[in-house]
Amino acid sequence: MSFPLLTVTAALPALGAVATAAVPAARRTAAKWLALVVSLATLALAITVLVRFDPGGARYQLTESHAWIADFGVRYELGVDGIGVALVALTALLIPFIILAGWHDADPLETGSRRWRPTQGFFALILAVEAMVVLSFEATDVFLFYIFFEAMLIPMYFLIGGFGDRAHEHGEETASTQRSYAAVKFLLYNLVGGLIMLAAVIGLYVVAGNFSLQEIAHARATGSLHMATSTERWLFLGFFFAFAVKAPLWPLHTWLPNAMQESTAPVAVLITAVVDKVGTFAMLRFCLGLFPEASKWATPVILVLALISILYGALLAVGQRDIKRLVAYASISHFGFIIMGIFAMTSQGQSGATLYMVNHGLSTAALLLVVGFLISRRGSRLIADYGGVQKVAPVLAGTFLIGGLATLSLPGLAPFVSEFLVLVGTFTRYPAIGIVATLGIVLAALYVLVLYQRTMTGPVKPQVSAMPDLRVRELVVVAPLIALLIFLGVYPKPVTDIVNPAVKQTMSDVHKKDPKPEVEAAK
Amino acid sequence: MNPVNYLYLAALLFTIGATGVLIRRNAIVVFMCIELMLNACNLAFVTFSRMHGNLDGQIIAFFTMVVAAAEVVVGLAIIVSLFRTRHSASVDDASLMKL
Amino acid sequence: MENLIALLIAAPLLGAAVLLVGGRRLDAVGHWIGTLLSAASFVIGLVLFAGLLGRDAGSRTLIQHLFSWIPVAGFQADVTFRLDQLSMTFVLLITGVGSLIHLYSVGYMEHDERRRRFFGYLNLFLAAMLLLVLADNYLLLYVGWEGVGLASYLLIGFWQHKPSAATAAKKAFLVNRVGDMGLSIAIMLMFTTFGSFAFGPVFSHVGDTSQGKLTAIALMLLLAACGKSAQVPLQSWLGDAMEGPTPVSALIHAATMVTAGVYLIVRSGAVFNAAPDAQLAVTVVGAVTLLFGAIVGCAKDDIKKALAGSTMSQIGYMVLAAGLGPIGYVFAIMHLVTHGFFKAGLFLGAGSVMHGMNDEVDMRRYGGLRKYMPVTFITFGLGYLAIIGFPGLSGFFSKDKIIEAAFAKGGTEGWILGGAALLGAAITAFYMTRVMLMTFFGEERWRNQPTRSPEAPSAEPAAEHRGEHAEPHPHESPKVMTIPMIVLAVGSVFGGAFFSIGDRFLHWLEPVTGHSEGNSPVSAWTVTGATMVCLVVGVAIAWAQYGRKPVPAVAPRGSLLTRAARRDLLQDDFNHVVLVRGGEHLTRSLVYVDHTLVDGVVNGTAAGFGGLSGRLRRVQNGFARSYAVSMFGGAALLVAATLLMRAV
Repeated sequence: MSFPLLTVTAALPALGAVATAAVPAARRTAAKWLALVVSLATLALAITVLVRFDPGGARYQLTESHAWIADFGVRYELGVDGIGVALVALTALLIPFIILAGWHDADPLETGSRRWRPTQGFFALILAVEAMVVLSFEATDVFLFYIFFEAMLIPMYFLIGGFGDRAHEHGEETASTQRSYAAVKFLLYNLVGGLIMLAAVIGLYVVAGNFSLQEIAHARATGSLHMATSTERWLFLGFFFAFAVKAPLWPLHTWLPNAMQESTAPVAVLITAVVDKVGTFAMLRFCLGLFPEASKWATPVILVLALISILYGALLAVGQRDIKRLVAYASISHFGFIIMGIFAMTSQGQSGATLYMVNHGLSTAALLLVVGFLISRRGSRLIADYGGVQKVAPVLAGTFLIGGLATLSLPGLAPFVSEFLVLVGTFTRYPAIGIVATLGIVLAALYVLVLYQRTMTGPVKPQVSAMPDLRVRELVVVAPLIALLIFLGVYPKPVTDIVNPAVKQTMSDVHKKDPKPEVEAAK
Repeated sequence: MNPVNYLYLAALLFTIGATGVLIRRNAIVVFMCIELMLNACNLAFVTFSRMHGNLDGQIIAFFTMVVAAAEVVVGLAIIVSLFRTRHSASVDDASLMKL
Repeated sequence: MENLIALLIAAPLLGAAVLLVGGRRLDAVGHWIGTLLSAASFVIGLVLFAGLLGRDAGSRTLIQHLFSWIPVAGFQADVTFRLDQLSMTFVLLITGVGSLIHLYSVGYMEHDERRRRFFGYLNLFLAAMLLLVLADNYLLLYVGWEGVGLASYLLIGFWQHKPSAATAAKKAFLVNRVGDMGLSIAIMLMFTTFGSFAFGPVFSHVGDTSQGKLTAIALMLLLAACGKSAQVPLQSWLGDAMEGPTPVSALIHAATMVTAGVYLIVRSGAVFNAAPDAQLAVTVVGAVTLLFGAIVGCAKDDIKKALAGSTMSQIGYMVLAAGLGPIGYVFAIMHLVTHGFFKAGLFLGAGSVMHGMNDEVDMRRYGGLRKYMPVTFITFGLGYLAIIGFPGLSGFFSKDKIIEAAFAKGGTEGWILGGAALLGAAITAFYMTRVMLMTFFGEERWRNQPTRSPEAPSAEPAAEHRGEHAEPHPHESPKVMTIPMIVLAVGSVFGGAFFSIGDRFLHWLEPVTGHSEGNSPVSAWTVTGATMVCLVVGVAIAWAQYGRKPVPAVAPRGSLLTRAARRDLLQDDFNHVVLVRGGEHLTRSLVYVDHTLVDGVVNGTAAGFGGLSGRLRRVQNGFARSYAVSMFGGAALLVAATLLMRAV
């Protein structure tokens, strides 16, 4: 039996979480270092997975399969395709930055505060989330996936509800109330989605008799498993609803701004750059893989919802007064692009969408972590409380601008490649939707530049005049992200090479071919 | 005599007991009504035992008596302690669980 | 030799990276690093130019394939450069004028503590602009296209502490993004039509598709060009862009970036040639803008904004020429190059004037400066003569050809376009004479005038070094600033003649753009004569108004048209009312809708469950007897149900 690399990649952070939580409270710095080392080791493992993965090989690689609950046909089955590999690598890459950026976020509050902040708990929870997210990217058994898809809500709930920004203008009481509200909303919203998915999972079992993604997909493709049209559609809707909540797709998005606003910046990155990706990833893998006909049936409606997400998220971002809420709505707009790319059912759209997941992770992390540094300096999330930061902290402002430019998909930075692929992919099949979605690029420029102008330029506000520039730890967090954004913007081939074969497989799952150009000029 | 008549009697006793539990407030009376219901059940068990010609019903009747005895001990203890704290034996006064 | 092409871009890109990442350590030498790398790029350009000249006209296209950029099934975007006569012309213009302006900025930005960063941005601009003109496919061109937009954003907003500069920068980027939308839609249309967006495949298959598609592509490209080149209706950003330091206005907003739209149209000539409707739209945009810009230029008292209006108008000429098709392409580019010389020179002159005048920009506070700034006066004056088309100077040759070509379009359109171009020439003569007279002639209106009036706050923070309310002491600028001005003045004097004699420029560009002679209804000499008449009339009116009479130091109220022109013909007001206000209302109501409606449904559902459980909780009233009732009731129900099932 070969070495269970995928299991180890997920087990390491899980064990790390336990170990970190077990560190005594007095040695909290040791806990931080432990978490960081574990996350770096996980990154090394993820890179090993990336290297061992052969883009030209079988669809699912590094597979592991063990019987688990034999009576119900539940198996412990792991395997990664190109899309899964890319996202596992993204997750493993971002976690060390998240840990490093949140280095002081969970330090005990000043004496006299009644709140108790378990420092080790914060880092243990982050590692726990990492383990579950990685497993859900790797699981090829529907039931196994479902378990981790749901279980990751629990550590997330504690991360949102337990650790907020240190300072708050309305005092600790109000902040705590709002935080609980956000955490409960996050949990309930996602649980409702998960519940509906559970019904669909059970329904799938009743129809198919097992939970194995590969077996079911194979049986469907060969015709040995027949599903009535209406059954397939209901099951699809059950799955899709859960993923659309997680992604989030308009109008199921309202938990995200609350959750991101109330959590610390690193946790907000964890939500939007890592956890939410499970939703879009699962649409590609499960919705399209298990229910190709129903996916095609639902495409028009989903595309319209995605289009609404794009424009609606961008317009709402323009209207926000809170920096983190602004980024949250911008993310909703970006998730609209990802979902649009997935359901455009073209190679460019789906490659673009997968690339977008990676790039959005990087760009949001860069922007949001800098926002976190900014907020930790001034103690306010309101845009109006800043002004002229550029003058006192030029490096902070510069990195903020680059993060912002990545968010608005400036060519030369990574998100441009994916956004353009999504737009082209959509346009070739649905020109009208493609054109309207292009409006999103103007709106993105609007919200990013308005944010930059209001916070960074203009006369220096007295409250920010003593603001220190980025520290070394903070630079170590931001600089690699920016370097990656530039590198993948100029040379995205390493990622596209991994993603392309998987997208080709998905396209054949749904029996779709790219529309042919009118004139074959490329030949 | 037709054993069915005993069953009618048991049903009558049970109904009286149940009604008592529902409409009386005094804990002692409620308690006695519960005992009445238990005894109605015992009567039914014994009758069935007789009707079917085996001893199962009688054995269960013994069990019931044991349980009833245990219940009397616990129940009376609760009632007494309630009376001590509240100076009342009304069951409606013991509504601590109500929000 | 192809391998040198990438170096053209690499040199300034390296400069930008070094200067921006290097930090304060490089403050002392940063400006020289920037200038050196820009000059290096120019030298490489010259080498390549010599190489191209060494080949015969038909084989002067060099292709350098670097790497595959975005390889996705059916979608191939490569990093490939194409150096042909058209891009070579641009490379020389960009790096040549760019290097001169780098040099000028060394003096101009001397007192700015962020000078290193300024040079970093300038180098970034050069790299992006070179990428734009060297790209071999539209997607790579798009990278350069947005890259110059970014550099422009950074440089307009260079003095970020001024809210007006930050706002102007944002506005420029946003308006440009609207144009970029056009470019991306055009690329998508090309992809669905041709399966490619590289120049070669697209241009060679233009004949295989419908005219409707081509018109759509061409119109989208026109939208892109309008944004970048400040053409009506996307022109509103250019005037505000003058908030940037003057070298920026000279390089980006006069000589190079704003002409990218013209490049795009000429480069896509094959597409436009096959879409006559789109060409008509191009000419209309050009004609309207050339008049619009000229009228705005007449009313502005801010010297830079007057020049900005002029830039808009001159680019209108180029767009008009580009819209005429093969008759006009060469002349559009020729005017672009000569305009690059004289307009950059004019802007540098304006910068020199401001440098000597405590950064005053209001021409009503100038006057009689020719005595104090002789070099500036002469170079500015030569630029002035060139732009109004004084016989023998650059503008004369290039503009004249465009007016001729406009008439040659034929029919009513030809007369209207030609007439507009002629009228534009007259207005150009008027406003440029006005600028000249108000700045260098007449009374010395700056005497006893504290500068930095509240309406015209200082554009340059360097003023802080020199005291705020002192009377200005006009003086000539240092050599490092005047030398670039002199070089550009030489270019604006002889450039046109050099290009036109023996049709050198025509023969050089013809293999790329193609050329055809039109049948003009009027002879070339008639056109020249008419242009001269217009020129004289324009100059005469300006002299009558600003030369003979003293210029009031405070602007008179002016006619309705003047007041409208001062406000950019109310376009900004329109934008403000319709787009800004409308947008604010839209976002505000959407925020409300999101909160009350979408989130309301969510919270409502939660509240509904909460209310329901509140109701149900009442059943748990704590009375043992009521529990007993429900127990008995339940038991009775069960018994009844069992009996019922038995019975059935």
